[in-house]
Parts: sequence; structure tokens; C-alpha cells
Amino acid sequence: MTTDVHIVRSTRTSRVALVVGLLATAGAATMPAWAESSWMREFVEIACYFVFALMWNLLAGYGGMVSIGQQAFFGLGGYGMLMLGNLAGVNPFVAIPIAALGGALIALPVSWVAFRLQGGYFAIGTWVIAEVFRLSFANMSSVGGGSGTSLIALRGIERAVRESLTFWIALAGVVLAIAGVYLFLRSKLGLALLAIRDSEVAAESQGVDVRRIKLWVYLAAAFGAAFAGALYFVGNLRISPDAAFSVNWTAFAIFMVVIGGIGRIEGPIVGALIFWALNKAFSDYGSWYLMGLGLIAIVVTIFFKQGLWGWLQQRWGWSLFPTTRWLVPSSAAHSTHEVPNAQHR
Amino acid sequence: MADTLIQGLLLGGLYCLFALGQSLMFGVMRLTNTAQGDFIVLAAFAAIAGLSVAAVGPWLIALLLLPVAFVFGYALQRHVLNGTLGRDPLPSLVVTFGLSIVIQNLLLQLFSADPRSIETAGLNTRSLALPGGIAIGVLPLVIFGVAIAATAGLQWLFGSTRLGRAFRAVSDDREIAELMGLDANKVYALATGIAFVLIAMAGVLQAMRTTVSPSDGPLLLLFAFEAVIIGGMGSFWGTFAGAMVLGLAQQIGFRLDPGWGIWVGHLVFLAVLVLRPQGLLPRTRG
Repeated sequence: MTTDVHIVRSTRTSRVALVVGLLATAGAATMPAWAESSWMREFVEIACYFVFALMWNLLAGYGGMVSIGQQAFFGLGGYGMLMLGNLAGVNPFVAIPIAALGGALIALPVSWVAFRLQGGYFAIGTWVIAEVFRLSFANMSSVGGGSGTSLIALRGIERAVRESLTFWIALAGVVLAIAGVYLFLRSKLGLALLAIRDSEVAAESQGVDVRRIKLWVYLAAAFGAAFAGALYFVGNLRISPDAAFSVNWTAFAIFMVVIGGIGRIEGPIVGALIFWALNKAFSDYGSWYLMGLGLIAIVVTIFFKQGLWGWLQQRWGWSLFPTTRWLVPSSAAHSTHEVPNAQHR
Repeated sequence: MADTLIQGLLLGGLYCLFALGQSLMFGVMRLTNTAQGDFIVLAAFAAIAGLSVAAVGPWLIALLLLPVAFVFGYALQRHVLNGTLGRDPLPSLVVTFGLSIVIQNLLLQLFSADPRSIETAGLNTRSLALPGGIAIGVLPLVIFGVAIAATAGLQWLFGSTRLGRAFRAVSDDREIAELMGLDANKVYALATGIAFVLIAMAGVLQAMRTTVSPSDGPLLLLFAFEAVIIGGMGSFWGTFAGAMVLGLAQQIGFRLDPGWGIWVGHLVFLAVLVLRPQGLLPRTRG
């Protein structure tokens, strides 16, 4: 009878999460003053995995583009940063964002080829493209060919400065990646993307430009993956085609996203934490450990499609990063806006 | 030049065997098996393990492996993969990708990273001399013959048998086919069973012709996939043609520079994707 409703876009949990997240970030930012450098190095490494996984989640979980070739952009970011530093004399820290942008630019012509394929064919087609980049760099003697090369551009920068700067960039990268994906999904374009995920045909019939939005998501995911790659090899100091373009990057991203819960921002966060813990506890077991990761991914995909966070969300209605719009009658405006067991993703 | 072309076509014969199983699974249930290459390697190691236990010839082991592979494929589809099919390609991709990682690491644990091969009592070094100083290996020629026979056999199965009609029916419209009394899950399982027979043949012949090691799978998958896409989906002779194109491209690339063979193959694949995305012989089976 009445249209007297208003839109609620946050929950008490999400507001608490925002405050806790900001406090944790501020606390973490002081780490270079007191933490051991091995901790910071570990954080940088897991940050690269996480940003890469978050971008894979955006691509596959929201954009419906399941790629096994995102390592193409990870490697391009790494090599872009290294070439800017070693060959063009750019400060490697400055080179990180430039290399990320370069990755997104290269993703544009790549998309013309990759978008000819869909579904499972897209997945393997992107893998072939990543292999083309790997073999191309393996044949390029100015960056050491197949055996790779070292990041000599960092010579002359003091170790403590280098480690602190790398750490801060990693922290900023994590925060900006989460904030960027979150704000994008809450925007009008994000709404269109969610509509595409639920039904491409229905979204198109509502006037959503499916192709254009998918392209933007692909470019954004390439940007994030290239950033992660550039950052990783600033921390690692050494690059080779096999390490930079290894399919394992995407394999680990798939693992994190599937375990945590695909198509939700919390998924890769939870997944990265689990991956980090498993890695610490079991990575000494080598191939048995990798076999375990593969088996977990299979079992979760078949029996717990929503992942760990999806299950928690269904059970308790938690949502740290709500992208949903809830319509609430205005008469209830002054009561709390907790939405119990909301069926949303 | 003639030598390069002939070697390229013979290499294509092997790639055709890699690809036929993939083509069948694509065609019947739109399933992208990302563990295709790893299953080929698994079959090769199964044969190698069998030979180390039983003192029989490699061809007998290969023959014994085929029914085992069929049952394995049937059970895998029936109990694991059928549950992952649907509009969303993600579950089947993640499950087969997970299987790929499990198989690679299991083989690494059992057999170490050393490359292995199957001894064929000198067959792999014997060759026929052609005029013009060209030599053709007997084993590659046998493989080529098996590839032609397998392609023709699959085309006949698809086009002229009751089972083939069931394959085409569930491929066109699963729901209608089920209304007509077909059990789609069973038909899918039969298709995967047959695909695994082809995978087993490919694995044994690969190990006879060259070597296999546990980490080879992904590369074999990419070759299989490229052959299917170059050839055009839904046609086995298309897959055969695609494999020939890929074999030729790689052989010419190798001739230009030993580091370029696989790279040139990938580039030809991407070029076909841009210029003729429907492939060379799309849907000739009508």
C-alpha cells in the first residue's frame, strides 16, 4: 500500500568489521618499527597471494569468467617491474604501479582473443595465453632467457628501508584491493555485475551492457594480478619465466577462493588465512601437502559449494562486506538493522 | 622440407590420440576435463608399473589396460563428475583441476620425477627408408594408423550406432532425451569410459614413442585442447585435422629454432581462434 521504505546497506556486524579492520590496519602499519623482518617478509608474500586470489574471485566469482591463466598477468607485472627497474632505471617501488597499469593495458588485446571462448574453453584458452607469455620471456635474452635474472635495480637501497617500503606497499595493496572491490560491488556497475552473475540473459534484457562490464572486470583483475606479481618479485629479488608464469599461482588462488567461499569478498580473506596456516603447518610434506590441497578443493567443491564463509553466513547471517540492498519499512527505521539469516551472497 | 612435413603429420597422429577423448567429453556433456593430460600420464605409468610386475610384452599390457581404463572412466563420471555438471562451469573445472594436482603429486611420490618410457624391443628405433633420403619411424607410423582408426571408429560410433544416437540426444538436449527414456547420467558415464580407453591408448603410445614424467600432464592437456579447438568442436575428423595442423606447426617451429616449437604451435592456435573461431571443420557430423 505504501512505498514508505528506505534502503539499508549495512549491518551491525559490517560496521563493527569496518572499525576493527581500520584499527588492525593502523596497528599493522607500525610493524616495521617493532616486528622481525621475517614476519614482514611473510606478510608481503601472503599479501601477494591474497590480492591475486581476490582478483581471481572478482573475475570468476562475480564475472563468471573462470580463468586458469591469470598467472599471465602476475608474470607480466613481475617482468614489467623488473624491466623498468633494470633496463630503464626506474625506481622499482615506483615501477610497481606502472607495471600493474601495463598489465591492464596488455589485458585489452588479450581479451580480444580470450573472449572468443566461453566456460571451460575460456579457462584453458587463457592458460595457453599464459604459456605464450612464459615461452616468449624464456626466449628473451635481455632478461636472462629461461634461467631468469635478478633485480639489480634495488642495489644501493638500504635493506631496512627496502623491507619497510615493501611491507607498506603490500599493506596498502591489501587495503586498497579490498576497498576497491567492495566499493565497486556496491556501486551501480557492481549491481550490474551481480545481475550478470545471476543471469546474463536477464541482465542484458534489463539494459546491462554485459560485454563492456565483463571487459572492465577482466582489465581490473589483470591490474590487480600484475600488481601482486610486481610486488612479489620486489620482495623476492629474483625472477624466472617458470616462477613468474607458473600455473600454481592460479591453482593456489582457486584453492583459497573455493575454500573460503566463491563470489563473496570474505571468501578469499578466510581462504588466504587457511592457506597460510596449512602452508606453515604442512608445507614440509611437499607433494603429500599439495595432494591434500587438491583433495580439499575437490571435496569442498562437491559437498560444500558455498565454502567456509558461505556456510557461516548461512548459519549466522554474518556479512562483513554487505553488497545487498535491504528494503526496510520506515516505521522500523529506528530499530536495529540487523538482518538475520539474509539469503544473499 | 618434405621430411619436416612428414614428421609433423606423424606427430599430429599422437596429438590426435591425446585430443579424441577430450573432443568426445566436450561433445557429449560440455565437460572440460582439465586433468586430461594427467590421466594420459597416469595411464602410461600404470602400463610401466604393470610391466615391472608381470613379465609380458608391452602390447599385451596395453590391451589389458583398456578395459581397466573404461571401468575407471565410467566410475569417475558416475560417482564424481556427474555431480559437477550444470550451467556453471566452475565445479567441474575445479574438481578436474584438483584431480590433476592430486595425480601429478601422487605419481611424483610413487615414481620420482625421472622420465620413463616403455621398452618396445627396438620398435621405436626401426624405420622405413623412403626415396629422397627420408626415413619414417615404424612406431610413429603405427601411432598414425591407430589415430586414423580411432577417429574413424568414433565417427562411426557417433553416427551409426544406438549408443551414438544416445550421445547425440543428450548432447542436444538433456531434458528431452531423459523424457524419451534415456538415463543421461549413464550415457555420460559411457562416454567418459570410452574417452578413457582413448586416453589409455594415448598414454601407452606416448611412453613407447618418447618418455613420460609426472609433471608432463598440463602440456599434453594444452596440446589436446588446441587440437580440438583448431579442428572445430563437435567433429572427430575436425579434431584429427586440428591435430595435424598443430603437429605441423610445432615441427616447423622446431626446425626454425629448437626453443620455438611449442611456442609456434600456441601461436597458430591463437591465430585460428582470431581468424576462424569456429575451427576448421565445425560440426561436420550434422
